[in-house]
Amino acid sequence: MLKIKNLHVGINGKEILKGLNLEINPGEVHAIMGPNGTGKSTLAAVIAGKEGYDINDGEINYQGKNLFEYSTEERALEGIFLGFQYPIEIPGVSMTNFMRTALNEHLKYKGLDPLPASEFLAKMEEKRKLVEIHDKLTNRSVNEGFSGGEKKRNEIFQMAMLEPTLAILDETDSGLDIDALKVVANGVNKLKSKDNATLVITHYQRLLDYIVPDFVHVLYDGKIVKSGGKELALKLEEKGYEWLKDHKQN
Amino acid sequence: MLAETTLKDKITDLFDKNQDKIFSNDPPEVKKIRQDSFEEFRRLDFPTAKLEAWKNTDLRKILSQDFSFYFEPGKEEIDIDQIFQCEVPDFDTHIISLYNGWYVYHDKPLLTLPNGTIIGSFARALKEYPDLVLKHYNKYAERNKNGLNALNTAYAQDGIFIYVPDGVEAYKTIQMVNVLDREENLFVQNRNLVILGKNSKLKLVHCDDSQNHKSSFTNTVTEVFMDEGANLDHYKLQNLNDDTSLVNSTFFHQEANSQLTTFAVSLNGGLIRNDIRTRLNGEGCDANIFGLYLVDKEQHVDNQVFVDHAFPNCTSNELFKGILDDHANAVFKGHILVRKDAQKTNAFQTNRNVLLTDKATVNTKPFLEIYADDVKCSHGATVGQLDDEALFYIKSRGISEYNAKLLLMYAFAAEIINKITLEPLKDRMDDLVKKRLRGELAVCSQCVLHCKNQENEYEFEIDMSKL
Repeated sequence: MLKIKNLHVGINGKEILKGLNLEINPGEVHAIMGPNGTGKSTLAAVIAGKEGYDINDGEINYQGKNLFEYSTEERALEGIFLGFQYPIEIPGVSMTNFMRTALNEHLKYKGLDPLPASEFLAKMEEKRKLVEIHDKLTNRSVNEGFSGGEKKRNEIFQMAMLEPTLAILDETDSGLDIDALKVVANGVNKLKSKDNATLVITHYQRLLDYIVPDFVHVLYDGKIVKSGGKELALKLEEKGYEWLKDHKQN
Repeated sequence: MLAETTLKDKITDLFDKNQDKIFSNDPPEVKKIRQDSFEEFRRLDFPTAKLEAWKNTDLRKILSQDFSFYFEPGKEEIDIDQIFQCEVPDFDTHIISLYNGWYVYHDKPLLTLPNGTIIGSFARALKEYPDLVLKHYNKYAERNKNGLNALNTAYAQDGIFIYVPDGVEAYKTIQMVNVLDREENLFVQNRNLVILGKNSKLKLVHCDDSQNHKSSFTNTVTEVFMDEGANLDHYKLQNLNDDTSLVNSTFFHQEANSQLTTFAVSLNGGLIRNDIRTRLNGEGCDANIFGLYLVDKEQHVDNQVFVDHAFPNCTSNELFKGILDDHANAVFKGHILVRKDAQKTNAFQTNRNVLLTDKATVNTKPFLEIYADDVKCSHGATVGQLDDEALFYIKSRGISEYNAKLLLMYAFAAEIINKITLEPLKDRMDDLVKKRLRGELAVCSQCVLHCKNQENEYEFEIDMSKL
């Protein structure tokens, strides 16, 4: 589904990703771990199509297409979803209308008619329950006045509404207490299918107790330096990233 | 400069020749005020960029045009019900209208409602209630002397008069509609007076519209007296053609514990200047002053706000927001004066602007002048572009760049619209702002609230499928 080859990305002349390789297949859950400043969020942003990065080398192939030829919104319509580390507040625009607009754009892209209001609301209701978001929140402006946990749940709610093929969750666990973490993880697990894939970016092993990955990759200094199964996450938790430095030097 | 002198000469000449008509309605006191004001205009002339308050708004080019002046109401038959059919759903208002500067039913007596509220022509009020009018007339406007205000006082013969007695809550919203519709460049001057008795309550909507595409110039002065505990919800809505100029000066005078909320929403207009001044003349006053301007092409909007904290324990809150496209230009000057005795003052002021092009410009000057030592004041201004992070967020959900920008502009404007407490008006403004941002808002052939081409359905929320 997603093939990243030798990706080199810089920003303001500084190289962040230095030859990254990654392959994700349908039905898989991948986790990328690594210390701060190693390029985890850059990777997520570049896949989603954020502007301002210099793609110096390499390629990203998504479902047989060169992703660099697609705009941010086209990538979203092609099924890529990014759960933000810091979701943006949009005062004055209700969640309901934001989602209705987004969903209608997705349907239009597929050549389908917009969802009738009643069906749309029923879908909102169903997905809302999945992430245990209070219905008051969906009537409020997008993320405005939401707590940190509510914002993260709202990201999963949007993911549930848009039903992406590839979901990238950027530090979704940061700032969540254990209960909220369980709710978020539960939402992600329920959305999992044999046709879609999830890329979880995280700092801590904690989230991976609830979203069990098929593969764990360690991103360090712009490259994936180690890949393995879920046990790699436990090892990292136990030994810390210092172990990795030594590992790299060896 | 030569051209400007010419208009001044023309005005001087017309004033001398038409004194009989101009003063025909006036008690001696008013005649005296007018003559003095005229001398003042001759001395002050039209404001120029040499004056600090007019530094960024240049009237020279506009005033170099030829204008027509009328000293009597037009003879045409006006069926005002034909012109104004309020299409805002559930917006139950008393509509009072000025047509080319004259009160539509200028020959009709003032309307007195069962609760004692008086509505009608300013000229008529001067005849029927000279004492009431003279107690307030020109008392507040003269606090800010400039050539245009002096000219208005000298020349303006008609306008709107509203009186709400003590303790009365005007149960219907009053809607003042000022329409220009004559196939020539009119120079129109209106004088409005609003008097609110103690603990009275009024909702007032003031619309300025042009029906044609002539380069008219309107110079309006409105004086509003709010007695102790009075409550006013005031909305100024401006939707004028690209060649029309409007200078709108509103002078509020607030006695103790009065509460003012006033909006200046400028949707379209060649040149719009709003001078909004309030004096907090007793303890416990509250003044909320909000503005929204959406300008494009070569349009120019200038908002000048002056809040005079003369007594302790008052609060004022200003928020002006603008979106500028193309070569548009906006000016904001907010001046908060906190006098020596005005302790425990809370005064806040913010101006925020979004520039959509690098040719659009904003001159903003928030200004505090504080002589008391126990006060809480803040001021600030921002000029920026749409937030890239927010754009990315919206686009990452599959929403197109065009719609994402509209959504952010709408969200920016909605902060002001959401402060409107008159629900039907809020919905209508919401609708108009969306249309304006989509570039669909033609200058209505009718008032901003009676737009023929309005959408049939009203929705509280933005319906992006229509964008």
